[in-house]
Amino acid sequence: MESVLTAVLTLGALAFAAGLLLSVAAKVFYVPVDPRVGQIGDLLPGANCGGCGFAGCLDLAGAIAGGQVPPNACRCASEEANRRIAALIGAALEEKEREVACIFCKGDAAHARRRFRYRGIADCRAAELVAGGDKACSYGCLGLGTCIQACIFGALKMGEDGLPVVNPDRCTACGACVRICPRHIPRLVPVSQKAIAFCTSHDPGKVVKEVCEVGCIACGLCKKVCPEKAIEIVSLLAVVDPAKCTGCGKCFEKCPTGIIRPPSGEAPVRQPAAA
Amino acid sequence: MQDYFLLIIAAMFVNNIVLIQFLGNCPLVGVTSSMESAFGMGAAVVFVTTLAGTSCWIVQRFVLEPLALEYLQTLVFILIIASLVQFVEIVLQKVAPPLYRTLGIFLPLITTNCMVFGAAILSIKHDYTFLQTLVFCLAAAVGFGLVLVFMAGLRERMEVSGRVPAALQGVPITMITAGMMGLSFAGLLGMAK
Repeated sequence: MESVLTAVLTLGALAFAAGLLLSVAAKVFYVPVDPRVGQIGDLLPGANCGGCGFAGCLDLAGAIAGGQVPPNACRCASEEANRRIAALIGAALEEKEREVACIFCKGDAAHARRRFRYRGIADCRAAELVAGGDKACSYGCLGLGTCIQACIFGALKMGEDGLPVVNPDRCTACGACVRICPRHIPRLVPVSQKAIAFCTSHDPGKVVKEVCEVGCIACGLCKKVCPEKAIEIVSLLAVVDPAKCTGCGKCFEKCPTGIIRPPSGEAPVRQPAAA
Repeated sequence: MQDYFLLIIAAMFVNNIVLIQFLGNCPLVGVTSSMESAFGMGAAVVFVTTLAGTSCWIVQRFVLEPLALEYLQTLVFILIIASLVQFVEIVLQKVAPPLYRTLGIFLPLITTNCMVFGAAILSIKHDYTFLQTLVFCLAAAVGFGLVLVFMAGLRERMEVSGRVPAALQGVPITMITAGMMGLSFAGLLGMAK
């Protein structure tokens, strides 16, 4: 009987001591936490994609509550969530257009030359290290799908032509593909952009023509034909300014290599060029 | 001095707590998908095991043994480890926020880790002195962290190699790797007690 009593008392005393220690510690080492951090955290998607540049959704919530970043700093939160976060911290919401990732290369196997056959690790970053990749074009997509693996939202898949395809409905513009691509081919564009020059090559036209049939040769025809002056040739590469472009489609027809296309990326139907 | 050296080698490699004694196999698979998390977990385990092992030793020697209550060991140790981890978490959050963020979710995970508990029980079983317990727990936990880091390195390499058959990708190949690592560690068996 006595031993049972000792056991119960000892265990009780130990548990009481532990409880006391914890409650005292909770008081002494109390860290005041902004209650809004948790509320903002609940409104954020919780995907922890890192697109905002913070370590995770809760980290971003802390930064929003602290006022270091605007309330709509999360790239994947819905507009509704952004509005509620802004209301929560009492800040004005700056309207920001949704962006989507876009693969800036159309050089598939049929159109772009390869210098050698790469049979190493199926990862673009590894392929890039082997003599600068198997593509003859030093800017073109290596097509091993590293961006597809990086996308946690399943917005990218490999197309039939061996180039990644973006599903704009799923893309949250978190930028994971942009950061992981060794050649920076996925880029973020406003969702409303009507014309895109699908090439990243800064090589001179002659070099581009040697390695790829669908590269920007910097001929400047698009720049001349554009009525809105929305196209500039920047370092031998056509760049469309989404703010000026009205989507008239004149450049689609004019581009000799057909790389200026609507965002869907489909090649425009062309009339056979008059001799 | 030589005794302690032997104790460290034995606890770290020869009787490695995860590959030879099979304690704490859950984190071996769970947190080794990236080097970063394996390292975080390893650091947290080293920290907690050393603290828990020594406090359990104190309670065993000065409370349980004088009262002839050794049979309550399991219950009491669990109580101590759980509240200790909680305590450490509270203190760290206030005193060392960067460390708290690094150890992050691993601290609460460790509360129920049998590796921590195992190290405490083993040092009682071997009748270690306080200093020996301290050294043993530290070495065993470092050995555990080392295996986690090895495993994470191997898994990261295997993931990009693209040579793992589809049916074995992920956990299956991890199990096989763990088995191979266990075999190689078993080669050291008997070199130290």
